[in-house]
Amino acid sequence: MDELKLYTYIAVFGSFGLYFAIAWWARAGSTKEFYIAGGGITPLQNGMAIAADWMSAASFISMAGLIAFLGYGGSVFLMGWTGGYVLLAMLLAPYMRKHGKFTVPEFIFDRYYSKTARVVAVACLIIASLTYIIGQMKGVGVAFSRFLEVDYGLGLGIGMGVVWVYAVLGGMKGITYTQIAQYVVLIFAYTIPAIFISMQLTGNPIPQLGLGSTLADGSGVYLLDKLDLVVTELGFKEYTTGQLGNNANMIAYTLSLMIGTAGLPHVIMRFFTVPSVKAARSSAGYALVFIALLYTVAPAVGAMARLNLMNTIEPTAGENLVYEERPQWFKDWEKTGLLKFEDKNGDGKIQYTADKATNEMVKVDRDIMVLANPAIANLPNWVIALVAAGGLAAALSTAAGLLLAISSSISHDLMKGILTPDLSEKNELLSSRIVMTIAILISGYLGLNPPGFAAGTVALAFGLAASSIFPALMMGIFSRKMSGTAAIWGMCSGIGITMLYVFMHKGIMFIPGTSFLGGMDPNWFFGISPNAFGAVGAAVNFTVAFAVCRITGPAPIEIQQMVDNFRTPMGGVNAAHDH
Amino acid sequence: MENNSSYWQANLRIIATCLVIWFVVSYGFGLLLVEPLNTIRLGGYKLGFWFAQQGSIVTFVALVFWYSYKMNKLDKEHGIEE
Repeated sequence: MDELKLYTYIAVFGSFGLYFAIAWWARAGSTKEFYIAGGGITPLQNGMAIAADWMSAASFISMAGLIAFLGYGGSVFLMGWTGGYVLLAMLLAPYMRKHGKFTVPEFIFDRYYSKTARVVAVACLIIASLTYIIGQMKGVGVAFSRFLEVDYGLGLGIGMGVVWVYAVLGGMKGITYTQIAQYVVLIFAYTIPAIFISMQLTGNPIPQLGLGSTLADGSGVYLLDKLDLVVTELGFKEYTTGQLGNNANMIAYTLSLMIGTAGLPHVIMRFFTVPSVKAARSSAGYALVFIALLYTVAPAVGAMARLNLMNTIEPTAGENLVYEERPQWFKDWEKTGLLKFEDKNGDGKIQYTADKATNEMVKVDRDIMVLANPAIANLPNWVIALVAAGGLAAALSTAAGLLLAISSSISHDLMKGILTPDLSEKNELLSSRIVMTIAILISGYLGLNPPGFAAGTVALAFGLAASSIFPALMMGIFSRKMSGTAAIWGMCSGIGITMLYVFMHKGIMFIPGTSFLGGMDPNWFFGISPNAFGAVGAAVNFTVAFAVCRITGPAPIEIQQMVDNFRTPMGGVNAAHDH
Repeated sequence: MENNSSYWQANLRIIATCLVIWFVVSYGFGLLLVEPLNTIRLGGYKLGFWFAQQGSIVTFVALVFWYSYKMNKLDKEHGIEE
């Protein structure tokens, strides 16, 4: 066994051992502990857990790669996935905590006094969460197969087993404490390589400052200027100004990600775990600090990885890398099929340009940038091993949070709330554990046999959260008169138009060939891509709901009094009662 | 009830202030005004680019803490803290 593999085993299985120990220590004994960790998590702890819950394999592995290739256009992800917390902290979290229930659909049921609304909310939640989990499971499989060279399926199985142990045993309590440990692992794994690379390239150990510094090669040229120069020479868009679609698309995209983030149930429910309204407000702040630590480093990682990649392929201007002399990491990633070279002009050298006819790097998968980055920069083996453990921590922590959201909405909202209201607490606890086990098996199966539409599902998850859940919750808090009927009409029309738009352009249920407008840019509404359409769906939701409310009349007076109550911190936070 | 409604109005004012800043740093400086701002440099960063990839995020963090601080103070003033 070589040194790298040994270090990787130590990092990965050492971190798993830590998660198991925590899970054993924090077993859940009641539904209150299982759903909301007993309501006794401190804001600092909750902030860290929210950060791990939120930052998935996509944030850890994919985002910097996206930025590396999109440049300025990648800003929509940075602003969208952080700006949502401002909305969450001011528009939703404190009031929902004051109301004091276990799940998001339960809040919707109380506020809109309607089982239909609760079922619609459960459906949105399950679709959004399941599609999200597929990505996490794929991340686990890829990390295992690349770093430990075990079979993809076996890697996935190990990941499922680990999540099963601490999520099913510990519920929200076990998940919270494990997420805190996972946050620590993932933030070190992300920032340490970034610090090394920033030092190498600019001499500045702080990546956020390194990105704005001059290169350490003595040329006195700023890193970003150099990158602009290198990419434009090869015909790519300028790094610091290249847009993602047009201006309207970038604005709609950012807004969709922001309100989608604020409407994701597995994040919202983490605010139910703190003891007070005050704690809910400050835990949003802590969460954003911990998230910002990674999100402000990501642009540096992206830009530096792009520059390193370009420099590897063309070490000095006009002198391209000879294919036979390619470095080891290049060969490793070629084996996975995520990196492909095709010698089109037969000169044995690698040409990487924006022109499809002459470009010989026929495939550079964006997802490999973060994972390959330490190797590209020749960092020591223990750093590479740490990245593997970090990627797994990001995927596992998010998967656990999503599984809890699914199992609580099925056992608490569907079974206890609607189908079998006389379920005892002990049986509810048992049923949520069974549901979670089934959910792990389903998501493992989907990770192993990813449906053809897996790539399009992220758009669906954010689209659903943005166009249905966020507007329903916000109107429930900020409009006392908003009625149940109006909210249901709003949610259904918001989802309807968003799904229609996504399917129109990406195929019905993403089946190829069924899209009647094609993925064609010219057919996009104001140039807005399907991924960015959630914001339009949300606007439709608001409009329809207010119109229907005007016609059919306001919510009953006792509901309006309930709204007054959860707008005010005083009067005792309902200590997330057992019922 | 009187007290409650003035409390809620004050809360809405604080939220509105925060959201104006939230909008200006991201959609304003980071997206709509990015081109004119890019003519100004902040070290190696073009200013518009900096707002889009760094400045907006830092401002978001500050906003959430400021909101939390203002609301805790407001709760005390209205005698409705927990």
